[in-house]
Amino acid sequence: MAEIQLNHIIKSYGKARATNDVSLTIKDKEFMVLLGPSGCGKTTLLRAIAGLEAIDSGTVTIGGRDVTNVPPRFRDIAMVFQSYAVFPHLTVWDNIAFGLRMKKLPDTEVKKRVEMSAEMLRITDYLQRFPAQLSGGQRQRVAVARALAMPSGVLLMGEPLSNLDALLRLDMRAELKKLLRDAGATTVYVTHDQVEALSLGDRIAVMKQGVILQCDSPLRVYDHPVDKFVGGFIGNPPMNFLRAAGLAAIGLIAPPGYDLVGIRAENLDSFTSPMSGALEASILVVEPLGSHNLITAKVGDEFIKVNTRAELMPEPGSKLWLKPMPDKVRWLK
Amino acid sequence: MTTRRTNLTPYLLVAPALVFMAIFFAYPMVEAFGLAFRDNDTGALTLSYFQKMVSDVQFQPALTTTLLLIVILIPIQFAVALAMALLVNAKLKGASLFLYIYAIPLAVSELAAGIVWFNIFTNNGFLNSLLVQSGLIERPFLFLSYQNQGWLILAVVLAEAWRATSIIMVILVSGLQSIPSDYLEAAEVFGADQFRKITKVILPLLRPSLQVALILRTILAFQVFGVALAVAGTGISLLAGEAYKWYYTIRNPNVAAAYASVILILSIASTVVFLVGLRSKNGEAL
Ligand SMILES: Nc1ncnc2c1ncn2[C@@H]1O[C@H](COP(=O)(O)OP(=O)(O)OP(=O)(O)O)[C@@H](O)[C@H]1O
Ligand SMILES: [Mg+2]
Repeated sequence: MAEIQLNHIIKSYGKARATNDVSLTIKDKEFMVLLGPSGCGKTTLLRAIAGLEAIDSGTVTIGGRDVTNVPPRFRDIAMVFQSYAVFPHLTVWDNIAFGLRMKKLPDTEVKKRVEMSAEMLRITDYLQRFPAQLSGGQRQRVAVARALAMPSGVLLMGEPLSNLDALLRLDMRAELKKLLRDAGATTVYVTHDQVEALSLGDRIAVMKQGVILQCDSPLRVYDHPVDKFVGGFIGNPPMNFLRAAGLAAIGLIAPPGYDLVGIRAENLDSFTSPMSGALEASILVVEPLGSHNLITAKVGDEFIKVNTRAELMPEPGSKLWLKPMPDKVRWLK
Repeated sequence: MTTRRTNLTPYLLVAPALVFMAIFFAYPMVEAFGLAFRDNDTGALTLSYFQKMVSDVQFQPALTTTLLLIVILIPIQFAVALAMALLVNAKLKGASLFLYIYAIPLAVSELAAGIVWFNIFTNNGFLNSLLVQSGLIERPFLFLSYQNQGWLILAVVLAEAWRATSIIMVILVSGLQSIPSDYLEAAEVFGADQFRKITKVILPLLRPSLQVALILRTILAFQVFGVALAVAGTGISLLAGEAYKWYYTIRNPNVAAAYASVILILSIASTVVFLVGLRSKNGEAL
């Protein structure tokens, strides 16, 4: 059992609060992604869990044990650093074995675990090499192997994919997903890449300026963002936001107190002729993306992005009628 | 053509340094060897000056004492310097102030440092006054007598350690500061306690700095002269002191040059030992 509980974590640097009263429970074996823009406090929170950062107030418990004042080495955690932090003076083998030896595991057990985890990450051929003789991607695998070799219940990952090139990142993402599911550790994964968050997480905690705005499953976060920030941060293109008043004309009446409507680009049906319940839009840009077209248009004085079928290829300047799918309309404050 | 031109740039950049080294180091070095191994009158190669040096009664003690001094001094200095450097690097309050205070002896000349320690150990020095006044001994003890070689060497070691340990510390501190904190954090997360963090991560990563400091310190230790002169006078003989004596007192530059050659050869030998013994296995300078 390695449930992680964060209770009212506050960490300030000078006057600014990097995490402002954050509470979060990460269930045993859950894959939690911390997502948010640069400087929102993701790394600070991860380091607070690791014990690398002393927090000003609040408590951290891991597996029911209060570890707030426990140094990292007694927290039963493994970690993958953004910079990999693979020791340059040790071979790949010794790097992976580092934590196991520190824990004084018997040699046979060390050997077994090193080989198993090297195999999982397909780096068996490089075990005798030094990190300087590896590519960035291979070094990253060593960092993951070193963490997975540990018999710990908690795995902390700080933007492990951000230094890889786009293609490698895609490969590694899928591979990580499988590896981590098999490993069955409680995982906290930091990223500012919303695609990574959606594809990996059991739940995503979306952060902004030191607070968690929403913590839900990827689908829920994508489909039911709690506010404009979350909706705009997640998804590509970002969610469209229109003034609620403008939609009364097509029969969509905002509940009292809500003045904004959020609708995603794929949740608008588009027609080339006027249609009841559809908004009239004038097309500004058409971007063919192969599987579909991304159209940027203007409804009144507001911009909107719409996905259309690849076959629909209207001219810029022409009109398009957009009909929101009623069950996909999100009313926001 | 362009590649040729760009390839010249690095050589042009090091050229001034090379010229400087050639004029002020290589040339005198060759001259010194010439003095030591060439007959003054005929110019023919000869070992006679070298033999004269070796057969001198002071040669054996000078060589042994110099080596002994190094063997005692270097480990002490490195242990102290490393401890200090780790303390400074721990970023405790006042650590940088401590660094500056501790580096002050660097600015004190060899001779002045020697005189300070002479005043501590001499007959009516601080140490004797303290011991006598506290009643531990009846009469002042002759620390710095020719008969007390052990005390003489210890006094020189202390003086030299006081004077020149901080240069090692400064080198080590800058080495420590160049170690990315991620490595230390990774060590912590993966279960290393403070001691193993030092032995398994910090020291290996500090290897380049340790190497530089060892080479520098050992070469300088072969040349210890002023400190010994001030503390022990002619009480102990060291290689550098003998070279000075043969040059100025006995006025035989050839034998003096022979001594200089011995110092040079020992310095080069120790440098090679440190370069080879501490070379990196992974071909990476960190
Ligand atoms: N050591 C520090 N000293 C001062 N301020 C810091 C320090 N570390 C972080 N901060 C501040 O705390 C806030 C949160 O930083 P944090 O590193 O947690 O952000 P992040 O979400 O990880 O951002 P990124 O995606 O850029 O890595 C930032 O405003 C940052 O400037
Ligand atoms: Mg960060």
